[in-house]
Amino acid sequence: MEVLMAIMIGIIFMVSIYLMMSRNLLRVAVATLLLSHGVHLLLLTMPGLQRGDAPILSFAADAYTDPLPHALILTAIVISFAVTSLLLVMAYRTYKVHKTDDLEDLRGSADE
Amino acid sequence: MKPIKPNDMMLQTLARLIILVVLSFSIYLLLAGHNNPGGGFIGGLMTSSAILILYVAFDMKTIKKAIPIDFVKIIGIGLLFASLTGVVSMLFGYPYLKQFFDYFTIPILGEVELTTALPFDLGVYFVVVGSALTIILTIAEDDK
Amino acid sequence: MNNLIILPIVIPFIIGAILILLAKRITAQRILSGITMSFLLTLSIYLAVIVYLHGTIVLEVGNWEAPFGIVIVADLLSTFMLLLSNLVGTICLFFAFQTVAETREKQFFYPLYLFLMIGVNGAFLTGDLFNLFVFFEVMLIASYGLIVHGGTGYQLRESFKYVIINIFASALFIAAIAWIYAITGTMNMAHIAERVAELDQAGALNFVAMLLFVVFASKGALFPLYFWLPRSYFGPPAAIAALFGGLLTKVGIYAIIRTFTLMFNHDIGFTHKELIVTIAGFTMLFGVLGAVSQFDFKRILSYHIISQVGYMVMGLGIFTPLAVAGAIYYIAHHMIVKTALFLFAGVTERITGTTDLKKMGGLLGTHPWLAWFFFITAVSLAGIPPLSGFFSKFPIILSGFEEGQYVIAGVALLVGLLTLFSMIKIFSYAFWGKQKHTKEQASVPVRKLLLPIFPLVALAIILGFAAEPIFTYSLEVAEDIMDPANYIDSVLKE
Repeated sequence: MEVLMAIMIGIIFMVSIYLMMSRNLLRVAVATLLLSHGVHLLLLTMPGLQRGDAPILSFAADAYTDPLPHALILTAIVISFAVTSLLLVMAYRTYKVHKTDDLEDLRGSADE
Repeated sequence: MKPIKPNDMMLQTLARLIILVVLSFSIYLLLAGHNNPGGGFIGGLMTSSAILILYVAFDMKTIKKAIPIDFVKIIGIGLLFASLTGVVSMLFGYPYLKQFFDYFTIPILGEVELTTALPFDLGVYFVVVGSALTIILTIAEDDK
Repeated sequence: MNNLIILPIVIPFIIGAILILLAKRITAQRILSGITMSFLLTLSIYLAVIVYLHGTIVLEVGNWEAPFGIVIVADLLSTFMLLLSNLVGTICLFFAFQTVAETREKQFFYPLYLFLMIGVNGAFLTGDLFNLFVFFEVMLIASYGLIVHGGTGYQLRESFKYVIINIFASALFIAAIAWIYAITGTMNMAHIAERVAELDQAGALNFVAMLLFVVFASKGALFPLYFWLPRSYFGPPAAIAALFGGLLTKVGIYAIIRTFTLMFNHDIGFTHKELIVTIAGFTMLFGVLGAVSQFDFKRILSYHIISQVGYMVMGLGIFTPLAVAGAIYYIAHHMIVKTALFLFAGVTERITGTTDLKKMGGLLGTHPWLAWFFFITAVSLAGIPPLSGFFSKFPIILSGFEEGQYVIAGVALLVGLLTLFSMIKIFSYAFWGKQKHTKEQASVPVRKLLLPIFPLVALAIILGFAAEPIFTYSLEVAEDIMDPANYIDSVLKE
């Protein structure tokens, strides 16, 4: 299962980096979204995928899962929600002001 | 070109029904959040999606009149809620954000566990509702 | 008593929330935020004194015990950084009162400012790696808000790049956290440090260390991840550029110093003496070359941030108490002087309406106070002896020679020379020469604008003339952080 997840994370990273290299504003924004999904899956997989009950709440289970990665991922998801929504608004404003979504045209000065 | 006023009776009637379900489920999620899946964040997202259905079904002006709330203010109120919950435990000499909980018997609901995590979650709920709606409405209003 | 150290995080939080509710009342916002920042400054001075006298203070948030819950730790280094950041924050805020346009002030300028301070203060105080990530994000999201604040075309275009690189770095941060959790099974920095010492896994840990180094390097603008800095710091108003220039990159540097003294000290020969030193050399060199090639007041200063960040990391890389103390002294010097210089750039922009050096000239005749204040801070930055720059560079370069790192020490000397060159370039173009601004511009009053900057200039002089006690203090800080046992013992209470 871990191997499968590792391959999956690799594919997500691949796609996201491919999108990040593209010239379209929106694709770059989607790339950051995918990237954060990729690292969240990584955070879920790295401590080992476990089956079992939640600790502390029940005492009679055979196995318990480690709750910490879940808490960390939840926090990271909330943060990436905030960042993504901010980025989308910003991409939209950039598009409105510059009237283009082509990053080649958003390079700034031509001499760099 | 004259804008055509669409007649979405189906959508509007259904929206009234749907938001009732979605809103009550979001409140359930908010309250269940302490020991079960749920919590302020997910409840807040659910509520804001319910309100968004209203915006989709009816037009902006009608809803602005029906819900005359500045959603940015909601963010501020939520942040205050969340931060002050932590401060309360400081006033009693405990470390910041120390939680307390106890069981109470309330007439209709029976025995309920009340925790100080609840006002914190409520704060998160407000912040999420406020910020999600602010962001979406800012873009939606701009597009005229 | 211990709750005192969470106040630098909680107070701006509460006041920021109140300021959102008062969004349209500018006077109330100004008064509240001014009081808050002054209070935070006083509090951080008090904390620095208390920690110096009585030792590290640890707060277990929510009463969860140390390796399990989140801890807030105020040791010598973090209170020192806290003091500096709140000093810079207060002064930039008072400068912002006079310079930021009213329309911008209404757009949640002050709440964002205070949220930025939460992130910065939290990053200095936290003792938990994931919590560090959270505070980094709080700081970054507030900084995204401030850097596009006003929403001009230039700001939007350059900030988009700033946001993208930071999101990428944050993703790597989470990845590094995932790996470090898999290796050590804990998130508490003291606990990680303890386990790193027990585990014999130099290879895996070096990998994670490098990943974290890349993350912090992209926030702290180290070679080769500095390209976003000069252009994104050019857009926002002077007060914000000064705050970012003085403060934000230093949070990245603090994180590097903290992680590489506390956790990743298992393979100093490779990570510190080879890798960090090499990166530091390139950072200094390319930063200063960028500065020499520019003809714009703000851009020159931005490139100098990069070269000076290199000095701090070089001090860490050489890794003797003297060098680390030099790096810490250098952070203090740099934050004070760099903020002052950016604010001077704001004042000259107010007078001449431009930051292009070729369009300026003769400010010495019309605004002598500004000119001489600038001169003092500029030569202090370049490292002329009686001022603070000299006493902070000297121990770093000296220990470079002592440790046999001749190349890096030579580079540092060369960079110092080029810094002097570009500072003199600014002075001779903007302040000497023929007057290029009009008569009305010449009579622009700047007395009030200079008032908030004056404490920084005074501090730059004091840091030089009172080098002895301050250097003793930084040496104590350096010795404290170079022995991780101090930190571990006070957090885990062993």
